[in-house]
Amino acid sequence: MTDYLLLLVGTVLVNNFVLVNFLGLCPFMGVSSRTETAIGMSFATTFVMTLASLLSYVVSTYILSPLGLEYLTTMTFILVIAVVVQFTEMVVHKTSANLYRLLGIFLPLITTNCAVLGVALLNLQEQHNFFESIVYGFGAALGFSLVLIMFSAMREKLANADVPTPFKGSAIAMITAGLMSLAFMGFTGLVKF
Amino acid sequence: MESVIERIQKGNFWQFHGGIHPPEQKFLTCTKPIASAQIPEQLIIPIRQHIGQAGDLIVSVGDKVLKGQILSVGDNPMSLPIHAPTSGTVTAIKLMAIPHPSGLRETCLILTPDGEDTWQQRHICPDFQLLSKGKILEKIVNAGIAGMGGAGFPTQVKVSTLAKIEYLIINAAECEPYITADDLLIQEHSPTILDGIKILDHLLAPQNILIGIEDNKAKAIETLQKATADIDHIQVCVIPTKYPSGGEKQLIKILTGQEVPSGVLPSSLGMVMQNVATCFAIADAVINDTPLIKRVVTVSGQALDKPQNVWALIGTPVGYLTEQCGYSNSHDKHLIMGGPMMGFSLANDQIPVIKTTNCILAPSEIEIASPFSSTSSKEVECIRCGQCADVCPAQLLPQELQWSAKAKDQPQLEKLNLFDCIECGACAYVCPSQIPLVHYYRVAKAEIRQQKLLDIKAEKAKVRFEARKLRLEREKIAREEKHKKAAEARKARMNAGTPAAKSEKSAVAAALARVKAKKAQAGSNQDIVSQADSSVEQIDDNKSQVANAIARAKAKKLAQKSQTPISTADAEQDTDNAAIAPKAQPVVTDKKAKVAAAIAKAKKRQATEQASNSDTQVLSTEETTPVSATSGAVQEPITDEKSQLPINKKAKVAAAIAKAKARAKAKKETDGNINAQPSSTSTDKPTVVPAQEQYTLAAVASNKATVTLHTETPVAISPVNKTATASDERKKKVAAAIAKAKAKKLVEKTQQASPSTSEVKISESDSKPTTEAAIAANKKARVAAAIAKAKAKKLAASSDKSQPSE
Amino acid sequence: MSTLIAILVLGVIAALFGALLGFASVRFKVEGDPLAEQLDALLPQTQCGQCGYPGCKPYAEAVANGEAINKCAPGGEDTIKKIAELMGVEVQPLDANHEADNTPKVAFIIEEDCIGCTKCIQACPVDAIIGTTKQMHTIIADECTGCDLCVAPCPVDCIEMIPVATTTQNWQWDLQSIPVVQID
Repeated sequence: MTDYLLLLVGTVLVNNFVLVNFLGLCPFMGVSSRTETAIGMSFATTFVMTLASLLSYVVSTYILSPLGLEYLTTMTFILVIAVVVQFTEMVVHKTSANLYRLLGIFLPLITTNCAVLGVALLNLQEQHNFFESIVYGFGAALGFSLVLIMFSAMREKLANADVPTPFKGSAIAMITAGLMSLAFMGFTGLVKF
Repeated sequence: MESVIERIQKGNFWQFHGGIHPPEQKFLTCTKPIASAQIPEQLIIPIRQHIGQAGDLIVSVGDKVLKGQILSVGDNPMSLPIHAPTSGTVTAIKLMAIPHPSGLRETCLILTPDGEDTWQQRHICPDFQLLSKGKILEKIVNAGIAGMGGAGFPTQVKVSTLAKIEYLIINAAECEPYITADDLLIQEHSPTILDGIKILDHLLAPQNILIGIEDNKAKAIETLQKATADIDHIQVCVIPTKYPSGGEKQLIKILTGQEVPSGVLPSSLGMVMQNVATCFAIADAVINDTPLIKRVVTVSGQALDKPQNVWALIGTPVGYLTEQCGYSNSHDKHLIMGGPMMGFSLANDQIPVIKTTNCILAPSEIEIASPFSSTSSKEVECIRCGQCADVCPAQLLPQELQWSAKAKDQPQLEKLNLFDCIECGACAYVCPSQIPLVHYYRVAKAEIRQQKLLDIKAEKAKVRFEARKLRLEREKIAREEKHKKAAEARKARMNAGTPAAKSEKSAVAAALARVKAKKAQAGSNQDIVSQADSSVEQIDDNKSQVANAIARAKAKKLAQKSQTPISTADAEQDTDNAAIAPKAQPVVTDKKAKVAAAIAKAKKRQATEQASNSDTQVLSTEETTPVSATSGAVQEPITDEKSQLPINKKAKVAAAIAKAKARAKAKKETDGNINAQPSSTSTDKPTVVPAQEQYTLAAVASNKATVTLHTETPVAISPVNKTATASDERKKKVAAAIAKAKAKKLVEKTQQASPSTSEVKISESDSKPTTEAAIAANKKARVAAAIAKAKAKKLAASSDKSQPSE
Repeated sequence: MSTLIAILVLGVIAALFGALLGFASVRFKVEGDPLAEQLDALLPQTQCGQCGYPGCKPYAEAVANGEAINKCAPGGEDTIKKIAELMGVEVQPLDANHEADNTPKVAFIIEEDCIGCTKCIQACPVDAIIGTTKQMHTIIADECTGCDLCVAPCPVDCIEMIPVATTTQNWQWDLQSIPVVQID
């Protein structure tokens, strides 16, 4: 049990996908202008990442390995992720039209979110078992959600703040993201694997 | 736990969040007695002086009014009457600048006092206990009492609450610097105020009455304590001085420890608050039958020689008061209405004192700089010190609000509870960056309110638009249904082989003929011309053109008329007329051709209309008859020989009107009109004869239908009157109006717009002496005016358009 | 052989997922177009047709299907900004063809000139004109959206667009015209 907890904390804080591993920066910058959107994106991504890590584990362990088709891993994972994202999109569209509208293009873009493929591949690389895979995927998504929501809250404030003209817009957002990244690097050593 | 009352008796109060201690500056006025009211030369009384709707004025300019006389009434619970502050004459009712930060103008009543100050009949009622509650409320409403502390909420709305009232709070805090009006009022009139409190007690039956007063008014506190010593349930609560303890929610918090939630009225918490000045006014109204016509106003500031409190009549211009108090800074006036924290600068000193005016501030330039004298504000960027949040009595986040207000982020502003801001100005007071925070909030509030109004309007428009679309859709379906039915019926008749079916077939034939006619129009065609008259050939090119056009039109008409024997006859007659026309006029200009073309066009349109309605026999008859009227109209101008040019134009006008007439008639579908049709044909014919006279011609032509009474020759009148009276009135109007419309278009074709305008006018004015009915003349004048207007409008655009045709 | 197996495996997986998605698309079918509704809510509902569509709703539908967002003249910059935010696209300046001042206006019929032709009534998109044939018409100012559509059809030019008067109810504070100074 402790292992799982450590794994979770480790992925959320220490090896944060966005700020430490620099995966999934596209939605991090793109969907963070409003907190409302960011929260929606977080939910969608959490769903996709958890499901994708689960499915990819199943596919890789029970289909690809027995058949000796490891070289098809990346290709298959992309297929899996695409399907999960499409599925999520349909569900979101049906259940929350507002969220669907808010997420706009970023919802289908989860497909190309490197964090998702990253989580699947890293699971394989770290040789996680079934539950570890799920926890790892969920933790990564949680970490992503955490920084995304925090960042969007900051950006909302920044939007109304009197930022010097050359720094307005994306520039100040980049600087903020950099500072956040520095802060998250401070977690290194919190959990030792 | 000790009760609220126990706590109050111990002098142990709650505290509201924040608050500031600005320099009080009350010493300027608090020791001087209230100066008595003086009557200015002129009183300016805005009809709306409170929050809510204005009443309707019941006096008019020139009326003599007595002091206390009611000037307006309203039926809305939020409307209050106004009264004459003194006796005098109403000299004007006009838009005047009102006491509002915008300096906008609203309807005001100007009263010039007669100096006698005569009261109207009053019914003094020494014992209000004898009156029913309803009667007292009625008296309060009729006295026009609104909250006198500043907001101006109608008092009767507050005191007629049905909620069970635990605390009646009398607000004597008067926390704003400079203002001492309530202080002095208590010192001088505590018995009346107490009467007012008793009346409120009687009305609301509260368990406790709390009088909240700041501890910087020693004399007033003493007076109040003496006055209320023998009444148990009245507590004089001496609260520590802090701005803005006089705010409604703040005072409730101080006295009872309860917080009034956002968007909730205190009455729902069992509390009602009234200002002391309002209590005084209530007592005056109920006992002395004196409406709210004067109030105490603090006139203060270092620019005055004698700052003091004065009794001011409602409507007194502030300039009069400052003069009374020795205003020395006369070249660069800066006056503030209200206190230094919540007041607003006045644009001029002719703005009147109203029911809510408690202070006029005339500060020196060092004291408070005029916003109008300095061009730039001293505002610098926010340094996020957070002092504003510390002092905010509403516990808002002023700097966040400010950022959102600057970014116009309305959802965020509402999330930050902008509308709970009481605009006390504490945040702006403490701001080290000198940011005028309150102004940002005021702008944002106004914008949000505006946006909400727009949203409501948009929603309404949307609903109406959708409803209209639905309706149109329904109508379209209904129409299609009708057409389908008609088509089926026609088919059935055709097959039946009855006489009616024959006429249907002839309609088809007519349509074919029309197509042929159109073809003929394309090439210059001898066949149709010969149909008109052979003599046409002898005339020059111009003439033949005219003939062509007319003939073309006739041919078309012929084709139409072949449906009914009667109209065929008509058409033949018309053909003859058309033939005569060129003969009578040796030199025909191409203008005529145009006229003819226009007529032809009109006919074509009629024909199309007809085609669409071909299933109804009656209609076609109706439509063909006016056509002959048209040709009659063409004939008239042509017969004239003396002045071609103006006549041509007249002809056009005539043609247009005839055309219009025709169309109008086609629209009349009552059977009575069918009878009228032939008669209108005959109307035209007799007119031709007298119309030979040049100067009346146009007038007669253009007003044939309109002004049949005008024609000088009785010969013409008699048949017209006899036959066309039924539809006369209607025709008149239609013709006149449409003539106006047509004139607008016609002028596009003419280059000499102005001469022709005058020509029309002359001809009309010429015919005027012959007029018998003045009403008709009036109508004509209006038509002329309209034509002139339309022409003038189009002139510039069309001046060169018809150059070649001339 | 192994290539064949690989192709087969991928094919089977793809087919499976395809079936799943197919099921989902039937199961989670969404009716209507919520985007158009939301766009419609942003438009000013003047129904003026200046965008080239017969009303605000059709334009909202068109925008949802990729029409330019900058064609609403009465809405002006504010509306464009809101639409851009909703659609997640860049803010564009108002279309040059639609450059118009969008001060709120209301139509007014000069009543003595009105001939009762009902043309304006037919043109009004929100039924804000009352009157009947040969009777004087008048405009319900509260319902008028200021769309301008009744002005052109009037044969006697008796309709004028007058700016909405500023009253204390709709007056806006203007920090520029009232210079603000700290009070102390």
